[in-house]
Amino acid sequence: MLDTDTFDLRKYLSRNPQSVAVWVTLAALILFGLLRYDNFGGAYNITSFLNYNSMFIIISVGMCFVIMTGGIDLSVGSVAAFTSVIAAYLSPYGIEVALPGAVLAGIGFGAINAVSVVVLRIPPFIATLATMLGAKGGALVISGAQTISVDWGSNFTKMGMEKALNVLPWSIVVVGVVVIVLWVVLEKTSLGRTVLAIGGGEDASTLMGLKVHRATAFVYLLSGGCAGLAGVILASGFGAGQPLEGIGWELSAIASVVVGGTLLTGGLGSVTATVAGALLLGLVFNILNFENGRGTISFSAYWQMVIRGGFLFAVILFQARVMAGREQRKEAT
Amino acid sequence: MTTQDTELKAQQSATFAWGPFLRKNGGLVALAVILVFNIIVTPNFLQMQTLFVNISQVATIAIVAMGMTLVIATGGIDLSVGAIMALAGALAPLIFLSEFGQANPALGIAAAIAVPIVAALACGLFNGILVANLKVQPIIATLILFISGRGIAQVLTNGNLQTFSNPSFSYLGTGKVLGLPFQGWLALLIACVLYLVMTRTTFGRYVLAIGGNERAAELSGGPVKRVKIGVYMICGALSGLAGLIVVAINSASDAARNGNLMELDAIAAAVVGGALLQGGRAPIFGAILGAVIIQLVKYTLLANGVEDEVALIAKAIIILAAVYVQQARKE
Repeated sequence: MLDTDTFDLRKYLSRNPQSVAVWVTLAALILFGLLRYDNFGGAYNITSFLNYNSMFIIISVGMCFVIMTGGIDLSVGSVAAFTSVIAAYLSPYGIEVALPGAVLAGIGFGAINAVSVVVLRIPPFIATLATMLGAKGGALVISGAQTISVDWGSNFTKMGMEKALNVLPWSIVVVGVVVIVLWVVLEKTSLGRTVLAIGGGEDASTLMGLKVHRATAFVYLLSGGCAGLAGVILASGFGAGQPLEGIGWELSAIASVVVGGTLLTGGLGSVTATVAGALLLGLVFNILNFENGRGTISFSAYWQMVIRGGFLFAVILFQARVMAGREQRKEAT
Repeated sequence: MTTQDTELKAQQSATFAWGPFLRKNGGLVALAVILVFNIIVTPNFLQMQTLFVNISQVATIAIVAMGMTLVIATGGIDLSVGAIMALAGALAPLIFLSEFGQANPALGIAAAIAVPIVAALACGLFNGILVANLKVQPIIATLILFISGRGIAQVLTNGNLQTFSNPSFSYLGTGKVLGLPFQGWLALLIACVLYLVMTRTTFGRYVLAIGGNERAAELSGGPVKRVKIGVYMICGALSGLAGLIVVAINSASDAARNGNLMELDAIAAAVVGGALLQGGRAPIFGAILGAVIIQLVKYTLLANGVEDEVALIAKAIIILAAVYVQQARKE
């Protein structure tokens, strides 16, 4: 039920042009895919699409929180690689040990970021860049630079390979639950409001008596934990801990967040739009794969990078225009 | 900066208060510590060969770090330097190995140097317009080329390793002047030019003014946009040059590896050299000092059999420590 007194569709559209644009584009691409390719709506494509993109959804949502505070977390890819190795080592004890273990490891890296940013006052992008290097080195050290095979006897691989109630992959179910919890945290709690307030103005938030340090530390711990979960899905889905994976994941996550309309200057953001952004990016590549399969185009893997960059460019242009329009309106009034 | 200078300064420090001295000359002290450590521990450190190897390696880091220093001085950052290196490095062999290049060797070489540099300038222009005109944050603006620049290089070469044998082009990376690597002299020349630009021209003053207070620089009628675009173009061109040198050293161009993680080395070198991430300072020779330190740490770890993975962690700690010291100094 929509309450017509408080919900004005036209107002919503004019305030969130980008969120709306993302959902519309997403729907259009799905429709396009369904009409053009026979297997697009098939169980196999949907399952593998969701399995693969669940990792990007979760790190994007973690990144969204960090970006809302005006920060950035460049370490997520390496942390996911590190935790995939941890998860693989813990896999004989089952998912009930491996999942919390790997997520804790991720939170550990998040804690390093939080201390660097909050206590040592190091700019987020440098702090997390250093963690990115450290986690990458750490992953290679603990794995001996080898992929670490998981224990196929335990229930560990269920997470990335089987479906809950034979409908949805476990990975997307778990990620979905986490995303819903985080949506509630952002929209309904004072912690969430503080996160948004920090991005709006850190000094002002401090003066207002908001617990800025606590909320800032929280977003980095959260992002680390999300990367840890992505690592579990990675190890579970591919049957191995992958110390060399995760290169460029931070970029995909940042792109998803930006595509979702979260302002990179912080202060504005949406969990749902970020999920839509991640799905949209994933879908673009899914469709390109289908086109490759049909032989309409033949893109080498190298094009992926170019397209990803081009995509980010298009979104940034869009955002810049929206912002410029907003400023003009502000000046006019 | 010679070894003697460094040691002399280190000796004088005994009469000073340690804290402020370390904060002010942290880079030089770090350099001295690394040198002494190497002289004692690393076998065959005091050899001409060691000097030669390190200079030929450090030149590329130093050249990129100087461009990065200018960008950082305006309060910006450039993550695309490694990708621009890959792009420039991929273009050069494509040109001098082409039919035109084979038919006109001299013209081919000239084009193989000029075209990649122009392409790198264009990349810098792209970054600069995004940052200056569209007001996109530098991290994000340069992220676009960081992602797609290397992709373009790989698309151009189909991801293949391009090997070649072209002595005149390879001079960029293997030539010697007065017994020392050509690119070392080149880096020094660039440093001198940039130093003059920063200290003697209005452009240089505006770079620092923008970093100090962009709004004030703009209100006082300064050409803020043009200057900002300028620093990204300089940074791009220097990255392109560094990419060419790497290709010349290896007599091969590998788009996947050329300049990989260079943005980290360059940022680390700039910061270790005394650049403030908030902007307002452009220590050009500091960038060279920073590059030398980064290179020597790499060399020290490598020469003593430390694995690459651990070296990554060491680099992470250096970056954090350098920025932390910088922050402390500011406050």
